[in-house]
Amino acid sequence: MSDGMEQVRSLADQKYKYGFVTDIEADVAPKGLNEDIIRFISAKKGEPEWLLEWRLKAYKLWLSEAEPSWAKLRHPAIDYQDAYYYSAPKKKTDGPKSLDEVDPKLLETYEKLGVPLHERAALAGVAVDAVFDSVSVATTYKGKLEELGIIFTSMSDAVKKHPELVRKYLGSVVPYSDNYFATLNSAVFTDGSFVYVPPGVRCPMELSTYFRMNAEKTGQFERTLIIADKGSYVSYLEGCTAPMRDENQLHAAVVELVALDEAEIKYSTVQNWYPGDEQGRGGIYNFVTKRGACRGRASRISWTQVETGSAITWKYPSCILQGDDSQGEFYSVAITNNFQQADTGTKMIHIGRNTRSRIISKGISAGHADNTYRGLVRVLPKAEGARNHTQCDSLLIGDRCGAHTTPYIESRNSSARIEHEATTSKISEEQLFYARQRGLSEEEAVSLIVNGFCRDVLQHLPMEFAVEAQKLVAISLEGSVG
Amino acid sequence: MTAASHPDWLESLRRAARAKADAAGLPSRRDEAWKYTDVAGLGVASFALAEKPQGGPPEAVPLGDAIRLVLVNGSLVASPDTPLPAGVVVDRLDSGFSADLVQAHLGRTIPPDAKSLATLNSALFADGVVLRIGAGVTVARPIEVLSLGQAGEEPLAFHPRCLVVVEEGGSATLIERHQGSGTYFSNSVLEIALASGAALRHYKLQDEAAQAVHVATLGVSLAAGAHYDGVLVQTGARLARHEVHAALDGLEASFALDGAYLGAGQQHLDTTTFVTHVGPGGASRQVFKGVLDDQARGVFQGTVLVQRGAQKTDAHQLSKALLLSPQAEMDGKPELEIYADDVKCGHGCTIGDIDETALFYLRARGIDEATARHLLIEAFLAEVLERIEAEPVRQAFAAVVGERLQGAHATRRIDDHRQG
Amino acid sequence: MLEIRNLHASVDGREILKGIDLTVPAGEVHAVMGPNGSGKSTLSYVLAGRDGYQVTAGSVTYKGQDLLAMKTEERARQGVFLAFQYPVEIPGVTGVNFLKTAVNAVRRSRGESELDAMQFLKLARKKAKELGVSEEMLRRAVNTGFSGGEKKRYEALQMALLEPSFMILDETDSGLDIDALKVVAEAVDAFRNPQRAMLVITHYQRILDYIVPDKVHVLAGGRIVQTGGKDLALELERTGYAQFVGQAA
Repeated sequence: MSDGMEQVRSLADQKYKYGFVTDIEADVAPKGLNEDIIRFISAKKGEPEWLLEWRLKAYKLWLSEAEPSWAKLRHPAIDYQDAYYYSAPKKKTDGPKSLDEVDPKLLETYEKLGVPLHERAALAGVAVDAVFDSVSVATTYKGKLEELGIIFTSMSDAVKKHPELVRKYLGSVVPYSDNYFATLNSAVFTDGSFVYVPPGVRCPMELSTYFRMNAEKTGQFERTLIIADKGSYVSYLEGCTAPMRDENQLHAAVVELVALDEAEIKYSTVQNWYPGDEQGRGGIYNFVTKRGACRGRASRISWTQVETGSAITWKYPSCILQGDDSQGEFYSVAITNNFQQADTGTKMIHIGRNTRSRIISKGISAGHADNTYRGLVRVLPKAEGARNHTQCDSLLIGDRCGAHTTPYIESRNSSARIEHEATTSKISEEQLFYARQRGLSEEEAVSLIVNGFCRDVLQHLPMEFAVEAQKLVAISLEGSVG
Repeated sequence: MTAASHPDWLESLRRAARAKADAAGLPSRRDEAWKYTDVAGLGVASFALAEKPQGGPPEAVPLGDAIRLVLVNGSLVASPDTPLPAGVVVDRLDSGFSADLVQAHLGRTIPPDAKSLATLNSALFADGVVLRIGAGVTVARPIEVLSLGQAGEEPLAFHPRCLVVVEEGGSATLIERHQGSGTYFSNSVLEIALASGAALRHYKLQDEAAQAVHVATLGVSLAAGAHYDGVLVQTGARLARHEVHAALDGLEASFALDGAYLGAGQQHLDTTTFVTHVGPGGASRQVFKGVLDDQARGVFQGTVLVQRGAQKTDAHQLSKALLLSPQAEMDGKPELEIYADDVKCGHGCTIGDIDETALFYLRARGIDEATARHLLIEAFLAEVLERIEAEPVRQAFAAVVGERLQGAHATRRIDDHRQG
Repeated sequence: MLEIRNLHASVDGREILKGIDLTVPAGEVHAVMGPNGSGKSTLSYVLAGRDGYQVTAGSVTYKGQDLLAMKTEERARQGVFLAFQYPVEIPGVTGVNFLKTAVNAVRRSRGESELDAMQFLKLARKKAKELGVSEEMLRRAVNTGFSGGEKKRYEALQMALLEPSFMILDETDSGLDIDALKVVAEAVDAFRNPQRAMLVITHYQRILDYIVPDKVHVLAGGRIVQTGGKDLALELERTGYAQFVGQAA
C-alpha cells in the first residue's frame, strides 16, 4: 500500500510477550499414550475407581476413531505418542495448603503473566485458579467464596471432596463419546477448574482460571465444569499463554456448563496461546470442546471469546437451550495473523419454547492467515416462538489471507424466527486517511478501527479484561499492515 | 433427424462419464453438498431409462413468439420452424456440423465431481441440443426449450442435455420449462458459455408432475463483461434440486439469479448455488424466496467463492423463507469463502412466518386473515417475478404461481375453519 | 505560512493540478473558488497528504518546512487541519475515544502532557457545548448516522480541540442549510487570529459572507487563473465560471 503502511510493517514485530520458559523441576509421566499412562494419571490424583473406568472407556473409544477433517484447517498429522500427558511442578509437600507453600518461581511466573496470585494483589475482586501444565497450583479467595457456599477449586480437588457433584455432572453436557478431541480429553484430562454456585447465590466476584503451558512437548488437557444451581449467577474468565517453542503443542480442553432454573453463567475467554512465529513455525494446536446446557427454565448462558493466539484454533462454544425461555449468547472476536488458522463459531440448539439466541462474530484475518466462522442454529419442532439473530462480520487486511463463513441454519418450527447476516469488508483507505489527518499514526488508526469493528463483542467482556483485550487486538495485528 | 450413432469423441466422453458415475454411485446425505437432500432415497436408481418416444410432437402452446424446441423424455421431438433469425444456430450435440463448437464447450462449465448427477447425465443423455448465438447478434424473439416428462405405469429416467454458446457481444433470451405426467426422474444439464460482452436472460419454470424427481445442473461461464440474468421458479415435483455452478472468469462480469419456490404437501425443493469470482471487478447478486406449506421442506445452499486476485468483487446473496405450517421445514447454508481483501461481500438468510405487524395492518383495514396472508405471500414472491423482462413469460410464470397459491390458500381456509 | 510553488499533481496517472502558485501568509484567509472538476478537492488532498495523489513537480513549504516530505499524520500534528467535504463514517469507534487519541497524539508531538480521560472529557464537553454538538453525539461512533449539518459541526469541534495553525475547509458549505452554515462558519471565523491562516475551498461564495477572505483565487483547469480581493467572489457569483473554463483548456 502506502509508504506509511511499509513503515508499520517494519515496526519492531513485537515478540510474543509471554514466550518465556520457567525453569522449574517437574514431575513427568513417561512419553506416549497407553492404558498405563492413564492409570498413572488417575493414581497420581488418587481418583476413585469409577473415574478410572470412565477414562479407560474413553481411551478405548478414542483408539477406534479418526481425527475429524471437516474444518477448514491444514496441519501435519499429530503424533500422539510423541508427547507427555502429565507434567506437574514438583512439590515439597503433597500440595500447597496456602500460597506461602507455592514455589516462589511459580508465583513469579504468574506475576510476569500479569496474574498475581497473592490475594492482596492488584487484581482485587477476581478469584484465580492457576493451572500450570497439568495441575492446578493455587486457588485464591477460597475462604471468602466458601462462606457463600460457592465451591471454586481444582477438578482434582473436587473429585476428592465433592465426588457426588462431579459424578452427577461430569460428561453430562459433553459425553466422553462426543468427538475425537473430547474423547481424548476424557481419557487423559489432568486438571482444570470446578465451580458450583448454590441456589440463589450471586457470586460477588469474577472467577478466573489462568492456564499456562510450560514444559516442553506437553499436551494440556484440562477439564472445567461449572454448575449454576437454581437462581444463581456466576461470571467466569479464562486466560491462556504458553512459551515460544518451534514444535507444536496440543491443547485439547473440555468445558461443561450447566445452568439450572433461572441461573446465569457468563463465560469469557481471552485465548492467547503462542501463535507460532512469522513463518508459521511452532504454536499451539487448540482443539477445544465447550458446551453449555441451559437445563432450567429461563436459564442463561453467555460465551464471550477473544481468540488471538494458537497456530490452530478449533472451537465451537455452544448452548443447548433445553429449558423454556432460556437464552444462549455467543460473542466472538477471532484474529489470525501470519500463518494462523482459526475455524471457530458456535452451535445454538433450540429445544424449549421461547428460547432465544444471539450470535455476534467478528473475524479479522491478516498476513497469510485463514479465518472461518462455522456455526449451527437448529430449531427443533417443539421450540415454539424461538428466536435467533446472527451477525457475522469479517475483515481482511492484505490480499494473501482468507475469511470464510459457513453457517448451517435449520428450522423445524414455523413460529420460530431466524435471521442471519454476514458481511466481508476491509479497512477503507478513506477511514485510515481521516484518522491520520487528525494526527493518528497508521498503526494507531488500524488498531482503533479494528477495535471499533470488534466493539459489539468486546463490550461483553468483564470490565477488568476489556482493556486488556483491546491491547491484545492491537498487538496481534502488529506487522500486519502492508 | 435420424438417430445416428454418436461421433467417437463424444462416445469416449460418455464412456468415461459412465465409468465414473458407476463407480461413484448416487450422492447420499453423507456428501456435504447433499446433506439436506436425499435423492437416492426415492428409488430413482431403479427407474428404467426412457426410450425414444413414438409418434409426433405433443400439442403445447408456445410462449408468445418464442422459437421453440420440444424434448419428450429427454429426446428432441420438435425443432424450431426455419428459417431461424440470422446468427442463430440450433443443432444436435452429435451433429458433425457443430462438432468444433461442442467439443470446445461441452462439460467445461461444471466441475467434474465424480458423484455429481451431471456426470450421470453425460453418460446417459439421449439427444443433446446446442444453441449458438453468433458474435454481435441480438435475438429479439425468446428461444424456448420445453422439456416434457411422459411416464405411464412404469417410472422412467431421462437426462435432458443442452449447451448454449453466446459469442462475443451476442444477446438472447432463453426460456426453459419443465412439465409432465406420471412418475419420472428428470436429470437435466444446461451449460451456458458466455463470451466477452455476451448477455443472456434465462427464465426457468420447474413445474414437473407431482410424483416427478427433478434434478437440474446449470453451469455458466462468463468471460469479460458478460452478463447472465436469470429467474428461476420452482413449483412442481415431489423432489427437486436446482444446482448452479457459475464462474465469473473475466473482468467485470456480472451474474444475477433470482428464485422463487412454492412447496406444499410432501414437496422437497432444493436450490444450491456455487458462484466463483475469478476475474476482478465482478458482480453477483442472488435473491431466493420460498414459501413452504404443509410438510414441505425447503433447502438453500449458496457458496460464494472469491478467489485471490478477484479484487473489487461485489457479491450479495439473500435467502428468505416463509414457513406457513407447523410441519414445514427449512434448512439453509449460505457460505462465503473470501481470498481477496478489497471486496464487498455479504449474505443474509431469514426463516420465519409472515410478518405479524403487516398481517395486523391489513386486517385492521378490514381484510380477512386468509386474504391478507395471500396478499402478503403474493407480494413476497412478486419481487422475483418482476425481474422477468419478457411480458408473456412473466404472465405465464405468474399464472402458475398464482394457481399454486390459490391451492395453498384454499387449504389454509379449510384448516382455519376446522380450528374455528 | 504556506507557500505553494508550481505544484503539479496527478491521480491515477491523470494530471489534475497543472502548476499552482499560491502564498498564504499567517493571519490571512484565502478563498479558492472554481467550477466542478477544476482541482479544488485535489488541492486539499495533496496538502493533507492523501495516498494516491501524486505530486509530480513543485513544492509546498509550510512554516519553512517541506510539507510534502511529511506523512499525513505528521502534517496533522504540525497543525495542518483538513475539514472534509464528506467526513467518513467509522462504525464502532466512539467519538470520545477517537478525539482523545487524536488530541493526545497532537499534544505529544508538541511536547505537551497527554490529557487523562477526565481532563479530556471536561475539555470536549466544553467545546462541544460551544458548537452545539450534543453529549449524545460524542458518545456515538464517529460520523456514523450523522446528518450533513452534524458532520460539519463535528469537523468544527475537532478543529477546536486540535487547535491547528493552518486550516483547509473543503466545500464546508455543501450539504448545509443556511442556518447550519451560519453556525459552522461563525465558529470557524472565531478561530481567526494573527498566528493562523486558512484556505477556504468553495464553489459558492455564500460561506464567504461569514468568513470574509483577504484574497480570492480562481482555480480552473488545475491552475490559478485570477486573484483578487473579496469582491472577486461576488463578481463570480454574478458572472459564473464559464469565462474561465475555456481559458484554462
